[in-house]
Formats: sequence, structure tokens, C-alpha cells
Amino acid sequence: MTAPPVAAASPLDAIDAALAERLLAAALSSGGDYADLYFEHRSGADYVLEDGRIRTVGRGVTLGLGVRVLRGDATGYAYTEELDEERMTEAARTAAQIAASGAAPGPIAVRPVPLADRYRVAEPSLARPGIDKVALLRQADAAARAFDPRIVRVEASLAEEWREVLVVTSDGHLARDQQPMIRFGVSAVAEEGHQRQGGRSGGAGRFGMEFFARPGQSPEEHGREAARLAIGMLHAVEAPAGPMEVVLGAGESGILLHEAVGHGLEADFNRKRTSNYTDQIGQQVASPLCTVIDDGTIDNARGSINVDDEGNAGQRNVLIEAGTLVGYMQDRLSAKHFGARPSGNGRRQSFRHEPLPRMTNTFLAPGTDDPEDIIRSVKRGVFAKRFAGGQVNISNGDFVFALTESYLIEDGKLTAPLKGTNLIGNGPDVLRKVTMLGGDFELSQGTWTCGKDGQSVPVGIGTPTMKIAEITVGGTKTR
Amino acid sequence: MSGRQGGGRRIPDPKACQRIAEQMLAITLKAGADGAEVLVRDGTELEVKVRLGEPELIKEAGSRALGLRVLKDQRAAVTYTSDLTTAGLERLARDSVELAALAEPDPIAALPAREEMARDVPELDLWDEGVLALDVAEGIRRARAGEAAALAFDKRVTNSDGAVFGRTVGASAFATSAGFSGSLRGTHVSFAVEPLCDDADGKKRNGSFWTASRFANGLADAEGVGAEAARRTVAKLGARKIPTGAAPVIFSPDAGRGLLGQLAGVMSGGAVWRRSSYLAGREGTPVASPLVEIVDDPLLPRGPGSRPFDGEGLASRTNVLVAEGVLRTFLCDVYAARKLARRSTGSASRGIGGSPHVGVSNLILRAGRTPAADIEKIDRGLYVTDLMGFGFNPVTGDYSQGAGGFWIERGERAFPVTEITVSSNFDELWKGIDAVGDDPDTRTSIQVPTFRVSSMMIAGT
Repeated sequence: MTAPPVAAASPLDAIDAALAERLLAAALSSGGDYADLYFEHRSGADYVLEDGRIRTVGRGVTLGLGVRVLRGDATGYAYTEELDEERMTEAARTAAQIAASGAAPGPIAVRPVPLADRYRVAEPSLARPGIDKVALLRQADAAARAFDPRIVRVEASLAEEWREVLVVTSDGHLARDQQPMIRFGVSAVAEEGHQRQGGRSGGAGRFGMEFFARPGQSPEEHGREAARLAIGMLHAVEAPAGPMEVVLGAGESGILLHEAVGHGLEADFNRKRTSNYTDQIGQQVASPLCTVIDDGTIDNARGSINVDDEGNAGQRNVLIEAGTLVGYMQDRLSAKHFGARPSGNGRRQSFRHEPLPRMTNTFLAPGTDDPEDIIRSVKRGVFAKRFAGGQVNISNGDFVFALTESYLIEDGKLTAPLKGTNLIGNGPDVLRKVTMLGGDFELSQGTWTCGKDGQSVPVGIGTPTMKIAEITVGGTKTR
Repeated sequence: MSGRQGGGRRIPDPKACQRIAEQMLAITLKAGADGAEVLVRDGTELEVKVRLGEPELIKEAGSRALGLRVLKDQRAAVTYTSDLTTAGLERLARDSVELAALAEPDPIAALPAREEMARDVPELDLWDEGVLALDVAEGIRRARAGEAAALAFDKRVTNSDGAVFGRTVGASAFATSAGFSGSLRGTHVSFAVEPLCDDADGKKRNGSFWTASRFANGLADAEGVGAEAARRTVAKLGARKIPTGAAPVIFSPDAGRGLLGQLAGVMSGGAVWRRSSYLAGREGTPVASPLVEIVDDPLLPRGPGSRPFDGEGLASRTNVLVAEGVLRTFLCDVYAARKLARRSTGSASRGIGGSPHVGVSNLILRAGRTPAADIEKIDRGLYVTDLMGFGFNPVTGDYSQGAGGFWIERGERAFPVTEITVSSNFDELWKGIDAVGDDPDTRTSIQVPTFRVSSMMIAGT
């Protein structure tokens, strides 16, 4: 393959301050209030092992510029994949069509802004030979198969990305960041007689190859975990239907926060008054046990950002403090509306997309209960440990999330594993019913990706063990 | 590829795409590949969003890219680039051939046999010059009119998440050393309105309605879409949970679409050979009620998912998947077909950045004979308009999703319902269908009429 991306000269090197200033002037030539340029150079590779064989290897590069012009609450957006000045200027003029008053911009002078360094890697994984990654996939495959003879199929994949962004704003900021990402996943299928079940395990973060030396992230561990889940599900029983006490395990259960409150606290929905949290700043929206934080500054976490996609530094933001709503996640447009500072949550999927307020790593701060006491306190309920994902309706607050590993709790003990099911609740309602919170906080190292308005961004989630006094379990079995 | 005029306003040219695809094929073979497939796409998009009468977003741009699959010594690599200069293409070809050495030999990864390839490219009427005339100003006009109609429909409509007009114009070409080169072009327009109402306890109710077509004159009028969106939203006011228990469940076309999409996933030969389909081994046996007929028809004129040839250059053909409830075939691309010792059904999809895989075109649950309104003539049951979340296990068929809609009593919609789940196993769900409506929905590539399942578990209070 070609030389690794960091060693090679980057196509973004050709973008100097003077060129950016000319493009910003073109973007504001019709009288917008503000403009920004978002240059992106992304290299990625992926490897898939299926049925004991490396079936495909893939590689790709994308390069482009997105130009945004704001006028009031309105956005004009255009992009181009051709970074010659003529094409870029044309994109800037297309984005400018949102503004039509023709006022000429004042002089624009951009200067670099210093950034934190939260995901430095010794060496980008893309720079390592492909054969090293093939070896990791083989280790995962072997570990899954060795776990149990009932494992009949294993698939393992590794995806890596090196994303270089350059954001230049008409208020003078120039920020350049390099964002690594590595993602590893294993899925296994188990068969016993006519029973067949699947299990998955994966991890991700802003790392190089050192990722695989982290606790729980070795290929063998993911292989065994996928196999364990598939085997464990072979004897799963029907999940109950109806409201129950539910204990959510540490880590992945953070999907609850992401869906139940996270999306509803993104400022655009509140600016437009379409969220069920609109106008509730200062109000009690959750149990006093709950402190919810969105933190883009955690070292190497999947959702961390040195700089957001509109040039503001990633931040740690408290959203709910001891049950009281204290703040929204802001992008530039919404911050202006609320008279607030941008909170470093303006993110986008790529240069083809306009920024939106998005989560980074969103979690519930730990409490003081012993996780075992929490389970012991439940006479009959469900313990949920692993999840496939969730969805929320921002307007009414209803959210649902899918359980892939859960157990019945009977008389304070975990008993039968349950078939996959859903939990459904209403955000504010469920958060008021949090009655116990463990001291065992965990940030999930999973491969979480958040979707909004057709844009996907990597995020982190986390929570301690928590008890919810009542939430509807969507099983098939009546009590 | 399309002249030097305006990025978002130029007209994508399929013949220019095809020239690049064929040029890249020659470059790749010269670089040492045993076989290669090249996909070139060129497209423009326009999105106009109006909220509370004012433009909120105007997005206009053009984009093009090339995807390559190379085979060398029975090893495969898949690569892509947006750099379409000759130097860029030569570099990609060299890198890709080298990359393939990392894969392992797979005897069945070969390209299709020459006699399998499409011989011509049928005209499917996917292009409308009239769409090109729908510009920013027209998009704003329609969005304003549609949103205004929603806000005027009922005084309980208090807010709006806006009205969105979208237009895409695209061309693509595919060339393969297996002996096929072809191109196509298509237009698509859509329009949606999403109003909001305030409900008790600070909750809000949102609803939407939309229209879409390949032809400009196929779009429903903006005012009608806005009024229908408002009607659907107002109807949700006062939504509540219902008690846990089993009941008949009716799926609206918007809700049922997701179920058919999930079923298509397990009728894919790819899922079968991966042992990830509960339908494996079930061909020739009943998998649904005798009322159920499902076809995948890539040759539908003006169809949203139509394609004159598949993602590997095989001729498209209409496949009957389920007839009178009996599973007739799995959909296969060339790889899945070889894994299952059969022939491809011409069902390969192909994106710029990935390998060919089994993908549906226009997937249609055929309309039945029951007038849609009569499906609700039941003593009690649930009418589902919205589904949410991920609750389908393809390996076992276990199914559970969040749902919203209306509770039906004595044949009438008694009150709106929210925050419940509906659950079953897909085998029981599809076999339990006891009515299929006469109301086909042709707006999108997965087409489902209203249908009713005799009993599902509902989890609520």
C-alpha cells in the first residue's frame, strides 16, 4: 500500500490562511452573518474474517470541503470533493445563497487556536502492516471456536480510520485535528439440536494498535465473549411482558441516558421547542440520585474530541445535577439563540453534512450503593447487562432500547437468561424512578454510533449499576 | 465528468461515468488484476427545509466517487476513491492489487461466468427532466405552502419541525471484466411535513406525512401533504398506555414496511449460508399466511428501487419470494448462490465502498382483497402507526419493538396509544396474518399495504 497517512504529506497542507480567508470572503459575499470551512481527509481500512478465512480487505480515502453560511437561524450549505480554488469558491458561493442582501464582509483574519491532545497515538494503526491485523482476527476466531464445540460460525472484523480535519471560521479560528479510531468486533453463532443463537462482542476507541492491550479488548477476550453470549442464549426463556423492577448493569446501560435524556437535551430541539425538555432548565427532571454529564475530554474515548466540527474545544458539560436540569448541549446556532457559550457539541458525520448539537461521551455519575445489594433488593424483576441499541421520540420522550443479555431476578438472585427483548419508557418518568445507584461506574468501551437527521457520529456511553422502580419490559410472557 | 458548470447544478452524465468505469477496468487489468469490477457514481442533491415560514436550510452539492473490487489469485480487495484523475486511478489500481494479497484464496470468490451477464439494459423510465426544473425557489415555495397548510389545519397544531423538499439526480455506471458494461440515470423527489402539538404534562406529539416519486408530477401536492400530517398529529393528542395482554394488531403501511424489510434480511442467501436466518432450510414450506405474496421486482417502471442490472452486472429479474404463504426462494448474489450450490437470482446490491451483497430492489407485499378500512372492523385490537427500536433477532426470529398508534374498540379507533411494545416470533407473526389490505403504497422501494396479525403480545401497564 501507499505510505501511512501521517508520514505522507497531507492534502490539507495546501490550505493556508490566505486561501481560507479568500474562501470565507466568497462565502459571506451575499451578506451572511458567519461562515465556516470544514476540510476533511479521511483514510480507512477494514478487514473481515468469515468461516476461518480473511474474505475481504478494503481501503478508501475521502477528501472534501464543506462550506456553511449562517444568516439568522438559517443555514446555507454546499460541499465539493475537488479542492482547487475555483471549485471551492463555487461551493462557497452556493452556500451563500441562504443570504441575499449583498452586504460585503469586513476583513477576515484567521489564526490557529491551540487544542488539547486527548488521543495521541504512538503510531496510527493504518501505518502497521495489514498482516498484523489479519493475525488479530485469527486470534479472535480461534478463541471463539475453542470456547465451546457448539460454536458453528465466527465472523470477526477490524476497521480503522485516520481522520484529519481543518476547521476555519469567519470569526478567525483555525483548528486542525487528527482523529484516530479503531473498531473490533466478533460475532458467533451457536447451535444445539434445533436451537440456534448468536452473540456479539466488540470494542472501539481513539487508539492505535495499543488498543488491543487494554483490559477486555484483546481479540481473544472478544472472541470468547461473543461465544459465551451465543452459548448462554441457547437456553434463554421467554422474557416477561409488562411493568417490572429492572436493574441495569454498569457500562452499556448508559444507552438509557443517551436515549432517555441525551437527545432531548440537544439544544436544537429546545431552541425549536420540539423537545419534551423545552423550558425546563432549573427544574427537577430526574431523581436526586442522578447527575448526567456529557464529556468530550476523556482520554482516547470513542466520543472524545479535541475540537468539535465548528472549531470549538471539546468540553465536559454537566447536563443534570442531582436531578435538576442545568444545561443543554449547544452548537453555535443554538448557543447564539440561548445567549450561551457553545459547549463543544457541534458535530457532523463528514464534510457533506452541516453540524448539529450532538453527544460526545454521555454518562450517569456513580452513586454509593453496592451493586450486589441492588440485585438483592429485587424480589422479581429483570437484570439487563448488554444492549443492541435504542431509539427515542424527542417530542414525547418515549424511548426504547433492546436487550441482548438479560436475566430474570427472583428473590434477589439472577436466575434464567432471557430471550432478547425491549424496555420501553418515558425519559423524565423513568429517571424519576431511579431508586438505587451503584458506586461501580463504568464507561462502555463498545462500538456505539449515534444517528440523528441521517448523520452518524461515534459516541461513548456509561453508567453505574442502577435500579429503576418500574419500567415496561416488552417480552412475550404474561405473569 | 460533467463539464465545469456549477457543482450542485450540473447534470450527471451516465455515459461519462461509463467511460471512466471502462478506463479504470483497463487500468486495473493492466496493473495485474485477474478480474475487476468498477462502479462509478455521480450525483447531485438539493435539500430545502422551511420552518415556521422561513428557510432553515438550503443545501446543494454534487458528489462523485469510484468503487473498485479486484481479484488476484482468488483473493479479493475492495477500495474506493473520489480522486478520478488518471494518476489517481492508476495509483488506486496498483494499491488494490497489492492489497488483495492480504486476503486469503477463496475459490468461489471468482467473478460470474460470462454467460450469466446481462446482455442489454432495459429502459425503466427512471429519469424525469421535469425534476431538474424543481429548484431552490420552488422547493421553498412548496415547503412554505405545505407547512402553512399544517399550521392552519387545526388550532391545536402549535409548532412545526418544518417541511422538507428533497431532490436527487444521479447517474452511475458499472463495468466488469466478466463481460458487462452498462450505465443508468435516475431522478427522485420527496416532500415531508412534520407538525407538533402540545399535550398534557409538557409532552409534545409529533406526526408526519410524506410523498415521494421519481417524477415531478408524481409528488402529491404540498398543501394536501401538510393537512394530512396535521390530521395524523392531532389524532395523537392524549395518547396513553394500555394494559399488558394479547390482542390482534394491525400495521399501517408506514409501520409494516419495517417488518417486511426485516423479513427480507432473513430471506437473503447471505443470511442463510451464514446460519443467521431462522428461515434456513424452509424453502418450499409455509413461512407466512396463505394471504401473503411477496415479490422483489427490480424491473418496475418508475420504481423507487428499480435497477436494470444488478450490482454484479447480471440481468435483473422479478423474483417471487413468497406465494400463498410458501417460501419459494432466497435472494442470492453470485457468492451466496455458490455457497448454497445454486444460481444467482440477480439480486446483488453494490455500494461504492463495499463488496457486492444481497439487496432488495422494489420489495412488495402484494395488496390483498380486504378494503383497508374493513381491516379495523374488529371487536378490539391495536392499530400501529409507529414502530421504534431494534428488536428483531434474525437467528431466532424473536421480535419485539416499541409501538404507538390507536386502540380499537367495536371497529372504531377509540383513543391514541403510546409507550408500549408489541412482541412475537416472526414465524408466528407472518403466519398469523388474517387480513391484507387493498391499499398498495408505491411511495418507496419497500411497499406494504395495511395488514393485520391475529394476535401479538402487547406490553403496557
